[in-house]
Amino acid sequence: WRIMAGKVKWVTDIEKSVLINNFEKRGWIQVAENEDWNFYWMSVQTIRNVFSVETGYRLSDDQIVNHFPNHYELTRKDLMVKNIKRYRKELEKEGSPLAEKDENGKYIYLDFVPVTFMLPADYNLFVEEFRKNPSSTWIMKPCGKAQGKGIFLINKLSQIKKWSRDSKTSSFVSQSSKEAYVISLYINNPLLIGGKKFDLRLYVLVSTYRPLRCYMYKLGFCRFCTVKYTPSTSELDNMFVHLTNVAIQKHGDDYNHIHGGKWTVSNLRLYLESTRGKEVTNKLFDEIHWIIVQSLKAVAPVMNNDKHCFECYGYDIIIDDKLKPWLIEVNASPSLTSSTANDRILKYNLINDTLNIAVPNGEIPDCKWNKSPPKEVLGNYEVLYDEEMAQSDGHDRELRSRSGQSTGVKGNRGRDSGKPVLTTWK
Amino acid sequence: LEPDSGLSLTIARIVQRLQGSSLHSQLERQARVSLHKPEIKLESLKEDIKDFLKTSGWEKKLQNAVYSELNVFPSPCHPAAPPEHMKEPLAYMRKAQGSWEKRILKSLNSMCTELSIPLAQKRPVNEQKELLNKWNEMGTDEPDLSLFRPVYAPKDFLEVLMNLRNPNYDSGEQPSFRTHLGLIQVPLKVKDIPELKEDFSELGLTTGQLGIDDSAQVPPEFFENEHVRVGQKVLAEQDSAAAQQYVRQGCPTALRADLWALILNISNQPEDILYYEQLKSNVIQHDLLVDSLIYKDVKLTASNDDYYFVFEDYLYQVLLCFSRDTSVLEHFTYSSATPPKSYIRGKLGMEEYAVFYPPNGKINYNSFILPVAPLCFLYHEPPKLYQIFREMYVRFFFRLHSISSHPSGIVSLCLLFETLLQTHLPQLFYHLREIGAQPLRISFKWMVRAFSGYLATDQLLLLWDRILGYNSLEILAVLAAAVFAFRAVNLMEVTSLAAAEAVLADLSTLKVMPLLQIFLFATVT
Repeated sequence: WRIMAGKVKWVTDIEKSVLINNFEKRGWIQVAENEDWNFYWMSVQTIRNVFSVETGYRLSDDQIVNHFPNHYELTRKDLMVKNIKRYRKELEKEGSPLAEKDENGKYIYLDFVPVTFMLPADYNLFVEEFRKNPSSTWIMKPCGKAQGKGIFLINKLSQIKKWSRDSKTSSFVSQSSKEAYVISLYINNPLLIGGKKFDLRLYVLVSTYRPLRCYMYKLGFCRFCTVKYTPSTSELDNMFVHLTNVAIQKHGDDYNHIHGGKWTVSNLRLYLESTRGKEVTNKLFDEIHWIIVQSLKAVAPVMNNDKHCFECYGYDIIIDDKLKPWLIEVNASPSLTSSTANDRILKYNLINDTLNIAVPNGEIPDCKWNKSPPKEVLGNYEVLYDEEMAQSDGHDRELRSRSGQSTGVKGNRGRDSGKPVLTTWK
Repeated sequence: LEPDSGLSLTIARIVQRLQGSSLHSQLERQARVSLHKPEIKLESLKEDIKDFLKTSGWEKKLQNAVYSELNVFPSPCHPAAPPEHMKEPLAYMRKAQGSWEKRILKSLNSMCTELSIPLAQKRPVNEQKELLNKWNEMGTDEPDLSLFRPVYAPKDFLEVLMNLRNPNYDSGEQPSFRTHLGLIQVPLKVKDIPELKEDFSELGLTTGQLGIDDSAQVPPEFFENEHVRVGQKVLAEQDSAAAQQYVRQGCPTALRADLWALILNISNQPEDILYYEQLKSNVIQHDLLVDSLIYKDVKLTASNDDYYFVFEDYLYQVLLCFSRDTSVLEHFTYSSATPPKSYIRGKLGMEEYAVFYPPNGKINYNSFILPVAPLCFLYHEPPKLYQIFREMYVRFFFRLHSISSHPSGIVSLCLLFETLLQTHLPQLFYHLREIGAQPLRISFKWMVRAFSGYLATDQLLLLWDRILGYNSLEILAVLAAAVFAFRAVNLMEVTSLAAAEAVLADLSTLKVMPLLQIFLFATVT
């Protein structure tokens, strides 16, 4: 017993080798959930139980978990949109320059989520918007599902008749979260490479929300659709063309198992710099960092900033053909399944670097620590935003540098680890 | 041979080639238009028009065209030399290339007969329509290609090169430390390190390089910013020669596409787009046997590549058009290869009924796929991509697939590689040879594909910057030797060819410029 006393005891309910190998290589000891544990990598169902009113229990100082109790404020599509809208309105009320709008009433700096409505609640609002552009395409996503399940595209009001009926019923219709949908304007002018559509998956680690401290993993990747993209309406039903989730693509005829339809972000950068130029590429990546930080700031006030928690999110971003990035969704449980050998290596390293930051020195954690790891342990992570550091540099710097947003400062070259901070603005 | 007559021959040839070109007619048109300008006076007409052409940038365009011709076409060796000497001066090389070609043709013909597929046939109209619709996504097609096999593999080609012998050369001396230990046994002159250092002087330790001096640890003020500024100036001046000099230190990623186009003298002419469309319609109308070989090769190689799979569809478009492009036949005047001829059925041997098959004269595509793919990172419009690839092919890549004595030909590159290795890493060379792992067996596939598919794309592009800058492929051999030098410690410990292959299997993490610099400039010789 004495020998084991100093080692971290871990539990997980996700049987994935990239996790387990990482625990074992640190010499941590596997225990059962009902035993004394220090580190629990749990699924989102389990975190619900741990923090629920009925079944929950208090975590002690030497216990760390990999989710924030109400992460769904960010990771449920409808709540994410709600929080961002709320955040924007608050900034507008304060008169913040960040909430500035252009002549069409669109937010200049905070318009990064495609127009979205909840169904059936906002059905009428949606119809109003739809009629402004009757030839537009919209994407319907169930709020509670992942991996591309239950998603479909529509371009006619008749295709969502069901939600119209539901909204009109006068009696209370119990809406389990599984039946609620969000409907978003579909980005039908995505940036294509080689004629193919793709999205970006970026990993972001949040160690605390207040003050906000987040890290971005340098080795994000692009997921390509295996079938050529066409915006034609006859292809609307072909999910392989439109959705890029690996889980869906894997079943397309053309799915290739050696490369899994993925590119590294550095490939993307090389391609864009070569074909579009350095300034616009830097601007694009700057904007991507910006929208991630803004999304976190938007939910920070409502997040339960429990000190036992950290979280590694999977951000899904689409770039349109004007090189504008759009935030599509944030995943609390990014897939840890590997579709190729390279993938396996990437995810293994991701978990490794995450653990190095969340559980310093691999020792029994003390949740009261200041959550400020030294630069050397970051691995492939880079500091995306550190609110404490930013505030100590003066608050007004943020506003000044944001409106004169510059492009190619050294720190923007995310993949080289010269300077740790990614952003040109604070 | 007096230098003057050589020069005047060259001038005459260039004039002949440019006469009747679209540049010529554009210049004429510009000159005529300039007659309306007030600054053109009748008394000094010739001078004034010349000045006008200079200030309006047309002289620059002419300069670039001349420069391009000088780069591509070798100077005539002697006024009395027969044309095949321009293709290849050494008789035994010509003979070897001829037999190799015969072998390839035989293989192709027997495949045709076995599968009862004609070499070429006109497509039925509905098939034409279908192909036109699918033009941008041929990658989604899954034709049954199991019966097709590549006409030859790189190792077959290597076998042929290994068996080359100069019948006039008597190496009857006893084996000594001077004996060449490698696979190539022909006495071609290759450069040694002092000569390479001179030729590649811009890669030296005291000159800034992209690929070294632009890393994150180096503040951009030291080199990168100024280099970018100079690059922009070169592009503004539209000077091919200056561009070629400039890229020896590497291209900034944002400027590379334009710089390469400038060096290759490719501009956005509407007639080039038309030409591409014409090729495309040729593809639609006629089906060639080589098309299936192209499909198969793309499926086998690029579709599985981590970087290039995205561009699979572009590869089909470019290569199918390429095979129809008869302008490629021009390069056969300075290539040791000869395009195969095919005869209309029943008219075998009658020259009036001979056609080149395929129209561009190139049969095997196994090694082409990968050299096209990196270009997709720079050019995303098919017509431009096509032109760049074609020009790269007729300037450089064709030399990797034919037997010749040219310093950039594959034979010389192999010999250069082996000589460098044997001279500077004799212990390693000897060890590898003893365990049955002749170094060339491993490095051949790198060189024959110009390292495409082996290096990370950004590194590959930095390497190709230097190919363009020095107008030579020798750097491929130097890099191959540098890679062996870099992994020498591990290689000394292996005891089999398979283990040696494993040590050198993954080059994707290598940084090309530091390796080259260390090998050329920082190794004690």
